[in-house]
Amino acid sequence: MAEINIRDVRKSYGRTQILHGVDLDFKSGEFVVILGPSGCGKSTLLRMIAGLEEISAGEISIDGRVVNDLEPRDRGCSMVFQNYALYPHMNVAANIGYALKVAGVPRAERQRRIAETARIVGLEDFLDRKPAQLSGGQRQRVAMGRAIIREPKVFLFDEPLSNLDAKLRVQMRVEIRRLHKRLSATSVFVTHDQVEAMTLADRLIVMNKGHVEQVGTPLEIYHRPRTRFVGSFIGSPAMNFFESTVAADGNFVLLDGIRVAIDAALGSANAGNAVAIGIRPEHCRLITAGTANSIPAVVDFVEELGAGRIVHVEIDGQDFAVAMDEGQLWEAGSTVGLQLPAQHIHLFSLETGLRLDDVPSLKRTMKTTVAA
Amino acid sequence: MSGPSYFLVYDRNAGPVDLMNKRAVFKSWWLPMAFALPQLLLIFFFFYWPATSVLTWAFSLEPAFGGVGERLFVGWDNFRDVFADTEYWRSVSLSLFFAFSATALSMFIAFVLAICVDRQLKGSGLFRFFYIWPYAIAAPAVGLAFRFIFAPESGLIAVVNTWSPDLWNPAKFGSHAMILVIVCFAWKWIGYNFIFMTAGLQSIPRSLIEASAMDGSGPVRRAFDLQIPLLAPTLFFLLVLNLTESFVGPDTYGIVDLTTEGGPNKSTDVMVYRIVSEAFRGLNYSGAAAQSLVLIALIMLFTFIQFRYVERRVHYK
Repeated sequence: MAEINIRDVRKSYGRTQILHGVDLDFKSGEFVVILGPSGCGKSTLLRMIAGLEEISAGEISIDGRVVNDLEPRDRGCSMVFQNYALYPHMNVAANIGYALKVAGVPRAERQRRIAETARIVGLEDFLDRKPAQLSGGQRQRVAMGRAIIREPKVFLFDEPLSNLDAKLRVQMRVEIRRLHKRLSATSVFVTHDQVEAMTLADRLIVMNKGHVEQVGTPLEIYHRPRTRFVGSFIGSPAMNFFESTVAADGNFVLLDGIRVAIDAALGSANAGNAVAIGIRPEHCRLITAGTANSIPAVVDFVEELGAGRIVHVEIDGQDFAVAMDEGQLWEAGSTVGLQLPAQHIHLFSLETGLRLDDVPSLKRTMKTTVAA
Repeated sequence: MSGPSYFLVYDRNAGPVDLMNKRAVFKSWWLPMAFALPQLLLIFFFFYWPATSVLTWAFSLEPAFGGVGERLFVGWDNFRDVFADTEYWRSVSLSLFFAFSATALSMFIAFVLAICVDRQLKGSGLFRFFYIWPYAIAAPAVGLAFRFIFAPESGLIAVVNTWSPDLWNPAKFGSHAMILVIVCFAWKWIGYNFIFMTAGLQSIPRSLIEASAMDGSGPVRRAFDLQIPLLAPTLFFLLVLNLTESFVGPDTYGIVDLTTEGGPNKSTDVMVYRIVSEAFRGLNYSGAAAQSLVLIALIMLFTFIQFRYVERRVHYK
């Protein structure tokens, strides 16, 4: 159980800066997921917390103690690596117990704790095997066992599920969450998979190009993406965007010459501004062509998902994805009406990419609005 | 004609030609012979001829000044003479001592250097470059350089003799001379060992090292728990090579010849040096030939033991 405070942390290799001043606070016992596309600096940040990467500028403290100059072993963190990083010449028991052996824990005690850990991660029957004789999921469990046996204050996960097949990934995700519930150590989990991020996180941090884009609960981030990037990165299929200008005299934007209503307060505040309008596929509606308040669109093609379908329609050369449940079938090539409900429309500044209805007092280093 | 099509080239006269499976047939016999001859001659003059000579000399009494007289077949007499000579047994034990010490020293230092470079401490790229150099220098050149460095009266090391006379004098003390040749050999072979160890260490995934760092082990502990076991195949290969090379290799001869010439008082008279000097200075071809055969047998035994008993303990991934 430990708090982690990150103060204006930067990382640069030579002249290239890859983290541009990150400020974050992780509460004790929290499960934090850092999400971002590859190359956004999320793994670097995690490795800086672990002590595997030097901190170019700024300060990281764990439990109130600045750890910038501490060796990894003195930081009280343990880490699960993407490729598991198991010691290939040691069997499962030796892998799990290595940290205790290094720490000089007596043999009997060590064996007791190895057995206990193996039970937690479900590896009792595999203690004599070498890593090469294990399946991917079992190796993953060894890596977790090795991390938990030290009873660390902080767990760090570096994309630990990305080498597993889809089914196993779902299963391990549940196990990680269960493990966290049981051990309740502060956990930081890095991933580029938004489903992992949404399902695991108490709090989600979205990063892009070395900046923190948004911090919040998964639902906050889904419903109120703070930037255009976050809006487009979270959600599958991705948010639809089109660019337009807020009408100078009214609360609407034009799409293919047709008015699309937007929030009245927003419209008057941003009259005349160039904006990017985002709306999630699951919030769009398709109706019969010609209905009032709808934009005529041509159905391009339909993706069947079984439980629902995604209909791609085209308006003025622009593709819109509409997610819908089973129900009415739309033929490719037919003309339909697209409705964009005003309450689900997100407005982003075309220039800065920032959300326009953000309360202005919230700065880039925002706090969550909902108590976790 | 089957085979991978990417080896196909187009010949103006013959059409597509498969280079991999092409069977060229020479129309005459002398052209292929002319191509093969230089290599065949080299092998004949520098391998088969000497090898058969050694075999015949070892079992006969070879006249010292050329094969004019009658060659007398003497059976195992040459070997009996060699084995009866206490000097010979001293040379064997000197060789063994030299081989094990030089190998241990060279591999140990190379390992420490490779580990340091692998940690990517500051400037390690530059050091990696320089550490490899010594191997590129011919052994006699190394010997000559070390002869000057370690000359007791005028070398760089001469200063120690001003602290206390004869603190270092390889011309006088056998032990000093032995240290000198061991250091020379080790110095030269550190570069070679270093290359292989560095390559081996680089093939250990970085995340393993990081995981062990997270698990709390420092650099020394890590070397013993992780790097040595994972490097074992490389280390075994280098062990065989170093032992063989130091036991019979031309480097050993070159270094001994240019630094101590087997002295003082034959205290660095290792087997290779003894064979050459007995054959070409003592003109005892038969004795030297017998010793050569014994040396070959010893090396075979050595290598056999290593593969039989050491390799088993090597953990191949």
